[in-house]
Amino acid sequence: METLEEIKGRIENEISGAIVEILPNDSPSNQRSLLIGAEHGFRVAAWLRDEPALRLDYLSNVTGVDWPEKVVKDKVKVKRVVEGEEKEIDQVMERRLGGFLEVVYHLYSMEHKHGPVVIRMRTGDRAEQTHLPSLTPVWRGAELQEREVFDLFGIVFDGHPDLRRILMWDSFQHHPMRRDYVEVDDYEYEPTPHDAVLAKARQHYPKEAKSE
Amino acid sequence: MDQGLRSELSKQGIFTSTLEELYNWGRRNSVWPLQFGLACCAIEMIATSMARFDLARFGAEVFRPSPRQADLMIVAGTVTKKMAPQVVRLYNQMPEPKYVIAMGACAISGGPFKQGYNVLKGIDRYIPVDVHIPGCPPRPEALLHAFMTLQRRIDSQKLTGANRARHLDPEAPSEFPVPEFGADDLEPAYNPQVWQPPTFVRDE
Repeated sequence: METLEEIKGRIENEISGAIVEILPNDSPSNQRSLLIGAEHGFRVAAWLRDEPALRLDYLSNVTGVDWPEKVVKDKVKVKRVVEGEEKEIDQVMERRLGGFLEVVYHLYSMEHKHGPVVIRMRTGDRAEQTHLPSLTPVWRGAELQEREVFDLFGIVFDGHPDLRRILMWDSFQHHPMRRDYVEVDDYEYEPTPHDAVLAKARQHYPKEAKSE
Repeated sequence: MDQGLRSELSKQGIFTSTLEELYNWGRRNSVWPLQFGLACCAIEMIATSMARFDLARFGAEVFRPSPRQADLMIVAGTVTKKMAPQVVRLYNQMPEPKYVIAMGACAISGGPFKQGYNVLKGIDRYIPVDVHIPGCPPRPEALLHAFMTLQRRIDSQKLTGANRARHLDPEAPSEFPVPEFGADDLEPAYNPQVWQPPTFVRDE
């Protein structure tokens, strides 16, 4: 199979305006992925499936990732006048990175027996701009998995034939796999609580109760 | 009738019994479970009913596919919050006398998924459970043991008086409220008539 750089170049040649970025992966697997702009996501996906040399006709997995807002600290050297002398001082600059939701597709080719090619799409933010194009018309296997991503992460897939919740009930208001989801406060006895569960145990069963 | 007279009579070829014993004997030996499984525990339940473990020895081989023909509900597996109202509704549709065995860690407490956002922490929050079986999943022997425990329980039930069986008490409820789907959780989170949160003293 051709390299990701070659695939990226060919996508940009074939589909005008398509934005493709190669995302590095620092883990031992070094499985890099293609970040595709949401505007052209559908056309890129259809091209990946139909292009004779690639023929990525099998979608093995769809999943979602939640990237909450975070603050990154950078050290910057700044020249300042301290006590009449000009000195270089390290200053810590804080940058606020906006959060977003991401959907990941793992593609293989049954025809050429190659893969995987991992493609990703990102939403604008985590609150309002959560729409992404549905790839269900390209790979039918995405239907239930996109519903699951919609249910648990709250990404709205435009063009999905039947976008409903699949695991939680319809009147459920939250998206449980988001990092800021707060579950209902229904802690009950646990024989060996640890970490977060121990904190809940302390809150629900205060130690003072023992002396009574 | 005292036991001495009874054994004396049986030596003479006269068999005596009480209506209560006869009634309980009949019910105990033909319990029809509901054919209904929720997760991996159901596989062990199926194994229990097959030739090797042979639940038919206890008169319970007829798994009924309809709640209207069943009188034992074996809650075999994880009860998710989405499934819980349907389980309660099935229980409500069963005719009296009816019994419940909560099979496995999940059905009795939520098990390994207890702290999950979507799992009910035990079916005994909504319906009365007669026998709880721990295990993940419990072996068929454990289900057989639970079944024998249930049989002993049926055997000790009274027909009259304050301690009579629930189905003979016109005041006792036969149906329990089905929880509604709420915005965050099931409403109510448990039925206080059936279950109350445990009081527990923490050591550390």
